[in-house]
Amino acid sequence: MAWTREQVAARAAKELKDGFYVNLGIGIPTLVANYIPEGVDVTLQSENGLLGIGPFPYEGEADPDLINAGKQTITLLPSSSFFSSADSFAMIRGGHIDLTILGAMEVAANGDIANWTIPGKMVKGMGGAMDLVAGVKKVIVVMDHANKAGESKVLERCSLPLTGQGVVDLIITDLCVMACDKAKGGGLTLIELAPDVTLDEVKAKTAAPFTVAPELAKAA
Amino acid sequence: MTQKVYDSPAAALDGLLFDGMTIMSGGFGLSGNPESLIPQIRDSGVKNLTVISNNAGADGFGLWMLLQTRQIKKMIASYVGENKLFEQQYLSGELELELNPQGTLAERIRAGGAGIPAFYTRTGVGTVVAEGKPVEEFEGQLYVRETWLRADLAIVKAWKADTAGNLVYRRTARNFNPNMATAGKVTVAEVEEIVPVGSLDPEAIHTPGIYVDRLIKSTINEKKIEKLTERKRETA
Repeated sequence: MAWTREQVAARAAKELKDGFYVNLGIGIPTLVANYIPEGVDVTLQSENGLLGIGPFPYEGEADPDLINAGKQTITLLPSSSFFSSADSFAMIRGGHIDLTILGAMEVAANGDIANWTIPGKMVKGMGGAMDLVAGVKKVIVVMDHANKAGESKVLERCSLPLTGQGVVDLIITDLCVMACDKAKGGGLTLIELAPDVTLDEVKAKTAAPFTVAPELAKAA
Repeated sequence: MTQKVYDSPAAALDGLLFDGMTIMSGGFGLSGNPESLIPQIRDSGVKNLTVISNNAGADGFGLWMLLQTRQIKKMIASYVGENKLFEQQYLSGELELELNPQGTLAERIRAGGAGIPAFYTRTGVGTVVAEGKPVEEFEGQLYVRETWLRADLAIVKAWKADTAGNLVYRRTARNFNPNMATAGKVTVAEVEEIVPVGSLDPEAIHTPGIYVDRLIKSTINEKKIEKLTERKRETA
């Protein structure tokens, strides 16, 4: 069985380490907050100017002056702090955030990511995505392995306009987990399969070359 | 000392607006928007505006009002999704759009206020954002040069001000407001409460009064929530 959205989020949550400062994107990445492992204390950053995101407010207690980057109402924690947009992105671009988890439309074997525009179809803007992939120490992509047309979203090279070049460290899809060696200019390694997903299935559904981690190759 | 407190949005903007001008407007989504000053700009009829703001309002709210009246010629923003009117005007060619990464936008504004004409950042290297801009290597990494942003007028929203123009923002309604307050040739602030000097803690001022030229108490303070998200209280 391929992983569900919730299971992809739970798998991504295993990458969180105690003491990490983390920025979560919108969509599946936001769900990661529900699966933070026991005993792991992470601080979530919201790029509109908050460090230390609390849970959603109780009914009737929402404050319009307290929202996350997805414009959802949230609450504070005792450790929270506020700052301006310029300070927020200094934090992101200055390499102070340990990990970001983002969605994507395409990811390539060389660590490129495209997740902000489809020319002629979608005019929304990149928001903070380009800053996050360029400035955060570790970049994890969570997404479906294939798009709605059934085509691989893991490619040899991206076809859509890039969000960042050579920035991705780890790809977690509904089928598998792949590591990207961005320090060496790219190269994907399959390191984990979702339960009952076979190596052959991943090979058939991936439009990029990849190597298989030794322990997985043995099992196959 | 110059009197900074004005008694209405119309008075606060009197003599400042002209066709073809550049206006910065604070806010992230509909949080921390200058809700009283935007309708006054609309009512003035000023046109061919270049507007710098993270977003372009949402249906019926914020800068959407100036799109509806077609007073905006060009928008500099980082995210304009969830705004049908914007999409229509952009796709039909009526509206120019310059998309900036949000951090680049914030830093360009900060640089404008600080008198720094350009800076280098890693954000956008190898993407369309860097096209036509100088790229330089520092310590083995490529960085793209971005330039400052300044405006003829900055309109910002704060929580409290004293009569000297010192501002305090509230929670995430702060966002771009303090950065924009520094980058306007003239900065007009609207606030929920104006207090006498000496009432705000000098240690806790977010925007020192030097950046604020004119000040009003908000006449509109709707604070529309875009995505109300709540959880149920567990009953014992």
